[in-house]
Amino acid sequence: MVFAATLDGPSVPWVELIPILALLAGTCFLLLVGSLVPTWPRRGYAWVTGISTTVAIVANAVKWNNLYYNKGETFFADAIAIDRFSVLASITICLAVILSALMLSAYLVRMNADGPELYALLLTAAIGALVMVSANDLIVLFLGLETLSLSLYLLAASNREREQSQESGLKYFILGGFSSAFFLYGVALIFGSTGSTKISGIGEALSGSISIVDTDAMLLVGIGMLLVGLGFKVSAAPFHVWTPDVYEGAPTPVTAFMASAGKVAAFAALMRVLLVGLEQRVDDWRPVVWALAILTVFTGSILAVVQTNVKRMLAYSSISHAGFILVGVEAAAHMSGDGIASSMNYLAIYTVLVMGSFAVVLALSGHTDGDTNLADFRGLAKRRPALALAFTVLLFAQAGVPLTAGFVAKFAVIKSAVEADSYVLAVAAMVAAVIGAYLYLRIAVSMWLEEPASDSEITIDPAVVVVIAIAVVATLVVGFFPELLLHATRLARFAPR
Amino acid sequence: MHASFPILSALVLLPILGAVLITIISNKHLEFVKLIAMLFSVGVGGMSIWLLASFHSHDSGFQFVSQHEWVTSWGISWHLGVDGVSLFLVVLTGILFPLVILGVDPHHDHKRYLAWLLLLEAGVMGSFLSLDLFLFFIFFEIVLVPMYFLIGGWGYDKRVYAATKFFLYTMLGSAFMLVGIIATAVIARRDIGYLTFDLVTLAEQASFATNTGRWLFVSFAIAFAVKVPIFPLHTWLPDAHTQAPTGGSVILAGVLLKMGTYGFLRFGLYLFPSAAVWAKPVLLTLAVIGIIYGAIAATMQTDLKRLVAYSSVAHLGFIVLGIFAITSQSLTGSVMQMVNHGVSTGALFLLVGMIYERRHTREIAELRGIQSVAPIFSAAFMIVMLSSIGVPGLNGFAGEFLILIGSFQSARWWTIVAATGVILAALYLLWAYQRVFHGEPDEANSSFAEMTLREGALLMVFIGLIGFTGLYPKPMLERIEPSVDKLVEHVVSHSDYRTPTTPNIVVEPHGEKAGE
Repeated sequence: MVFAATLDGPSVPWVELIPILALLAGTCFLLLVGSLVPTWPRRGYAWVTGISTTVAIVANAVKWNNLYYNKGETFFADAIAIDRFSVLASITICLAVILSALMLSAYLVRMNADGPELYALLLTAAIGALVMVSANDLIVLFLGLETLSLSLYLLAASNREREQSQESGLKYFILGGFSSAFFLYGVALIFGSTGSTKISGIGEALSGSISIVDTDAMLLVGIGMLLVGLGFKVSAAPFHVWTPDVYEGAPTPVTAFMASAGKVAAFAALMRVLLVGLEQRVDDWRPVVWALAILTVFTGSILAVVQTNVKRMLAYSSISHAGFILVGVEAAAHMSGDGIASSMNYLAIYTVLVMGSFAVVLALSGHTDGDTNLADFRGLAKRRPALALAFTVLLFAQAGVPLTAGFVAKFAVIKSAVEADSYVLAVAAMVAAVIGAYLYLRIAVSMWLEEPASDSEITIDPAVVVVIAIAVVATLVVGFFPELLLHATRLARFAPR
Repeated sequence: MHASFPILSALVLLPILGAVLITIISNKHLEFVKLIAMLFSVGVGGMSIWLLASFHSHDSGFQFVSQHEWVTSWGISWHLGVDGVSLFLVVLTGILFPLVILGVDPHHDHKRYLAWLLLLEAGVMGSFLSLDLFLFFIFFEIVLVPMYFLIGGWGYDKRVYAATKFFLYTMLGSAFMLVGIIATAVIARRDIGYLTFDLVTLAEQASFATNTGRWLFVSFAIAFAVKVPIFPLHTWLPDAHTQAPTGGSVILAGVLLKMGTYGFLRFGLYLFPSAAVWAKPVLLTLAVIGIIYGAIAATMQTDLKRLVAYSSVAHLGFIVLGIFAITSQSLTGSVMQMVNHGVSTGALFLLVGMIYERRHTREIAELRGIQSVAPIFSAAFMIVMLSSIGVPGLNGFAGEFLILIGSFQSARWWTIVAATGVILAALYLLWAYQRVFHGEPDEANSSFAEMTLREGALLMVFIGLIGFTGLYPKPMLERIEPSVDKLVEHVVSHSDYRTPTTPNIVVEPHGEKAGE
């Protein structure tokens, strides 16, 4: 599998790249035309973003259909794998982009700072995410990771009126750079012990030979480093400490994007690396994932309880959700049941929930995007009952109350854990979910049972209304009729080696 | 099956429809909101009574079954059915909700209050009718949300604390049950061949290894024990009851707690017979501790509502005793007592609520001599209280007596200790009655208003039920017994448990014994 020693590069299957190209075209259009034409129609940038992302979604949907007859294949000398797993993850990411762009337009209009830059960064971040979910080579994965991360650093620091935003960007940048170093070192060590950076190639090397016994320590350290690097990106405890600060400081639409698309990309990469590349060493990494999962669900839900800022609360709850997804990954490690499907299911549902929740936060966060304390939510039911009801639905969904999508997500993950005989993990996750529920109840109490702090009019941008409506409707529809989503996620398979 | 009209689905879905309608209607038409709530709740009540009338009394299986596929890839179906165990709980739910909606004024935010109440009704109905584990869990858990908001929104001073405690406590119990439910279905797949959450299929076709069955039973038992509540998991109950608005308390005591005891019967005994037999001594002991502890704690209370709340702990202890004594009579008694407790404790909470409306206190020490200023009110309180104590001729006696007689055959020593609880019940309730109603009224109590017509009409329904069941329990018993006998048979045939051979004591001389 060593790269062929010819000067001919690998053939480029342009058709397979349409989703990424569409986003790239959108980015270029925004930057070029944006700099040439100073005044755009209202929300014009958001429209361009939305259209190019829609093209990406349509292309992915077509691809999904075509994959009916084969299980996916790899391109670019095996550097990119297009399979139903990556297609599903891409669609989820693209949906997150559209919802974030809607929120971004509301945010920028309110800040009186509408411009193409943030949308372009959003699209490049999405490109990075799309590369990550279909990367079949650790180097390509790293490229995607960095494209995503660099865009996010800038996005996080983009609000120049808030000091926290700058701090958030810098903090994310330093810690993110640190974790990238870990990741790269892990790649190097794994390459050293297996002779390949291709994820499927690593799998082949590990399953085929016995000659790598000498380099076992190197491989194990490499796996550990990879887990640290990716664990940082999915904000699994104990690599989660950046999450609350960054989530709180970043502009709310960016936070929403980070929490959803960023997580989807990182988890998809993590699962491909572990389940395709390191499948043979499952006994080595499974206990680590097990421990990470337990630590993460409890850290997220316990620390969430003592927060007073809603954005920080949602940050900690996102850590707890990451723990739940790790439970699914751990179940997938047993190679039985539907661990992969349940993790993808959780990611898709979580994306919608987190988008809706942050949209509500955005609606209330005021001109500076800083009014996100719990006190600002007090008595919301009296000021905007519909908004309070929508947020309540989303919060209860995150808590895992039945007949919401959140319950379907938790149920699927717990089911896959039980099928894999991981009872301890299943029980621990459910107990942590109850602890976490206290957080959502606190917000609900604030909204419904306390008197409003101020009577000032809350004006909600129509774009935000659209996001919240989509999120609530999707939450309830999936809650009542989960079959379609379950069916789709069950088909999410990796391309054969 | 028996009727082309899907009456059970209607019982669950109609209240939801009502709640949605209420939410949509503008706040300005308050009369309209009340009218809708009334129509829907009375409609559901009427349907539940129609269900009672057309129920085949000697059929031990599930009737009016309605089954539709729902989430096929998980083997989950919309499977509803009613048998002798659930029938009267459904009817109780159907009757209690309209009474609460008509009879108890929430004082503010009527619209939201009524919407939550109707949603609660749907959840409770669904819990009692579900024959699918997944479906049951959904209803069991969804009930928390409306109840949480009812306590938190319309309760007293420490309502938020009480509501949160209630929610988290119950959710923690359910967390174990959820894992248990999934594990049951996943493990049973090996026997059945496909994944299903259908209760009947699981109970009849799956068999669990001894230890597996025990673990699964424990996971269910924790959830139900919290809900009942069984000592020492009861601490949420006094807070929730005391802080809840009157309507919430009535519903909580009347039907919500029964979801726990019903769960033990329907899911504990039916799904895991041998594990239930194994856990019998522990649960009997906890039940007896609950009876004695609840009674003693009730005696010590200075708050009338808290007293009634602790009396619930004691009464529910009797029901659990009857369930885990596993004889036909004790189980029949337990099912009957579930309904009786719902009626009499529901009425007690209503009366305490009326006292609070008049005096704005529930402290026993501040109430005195009400009998001389409000004799009719006092008489009503007396009747309801006597029913709660279990005086012969009233409903409480029939149920408790059956439980004690049935349990004595299989759990002698536990029953002997439990029987002292009956005396304790007389002690705390009569003592409370004496302090509140006897004596000379002081200044504050001398203006205690007599019962209004509306309150009287409301209580007449309860007193009518108390008297009818007490004097003529036969129609109720002959509907409960076939299903209970079938359940006992199921336990006997699926475990090494044998029912005691002491001759059956025929409770109602004219009644023919169903079964063998």
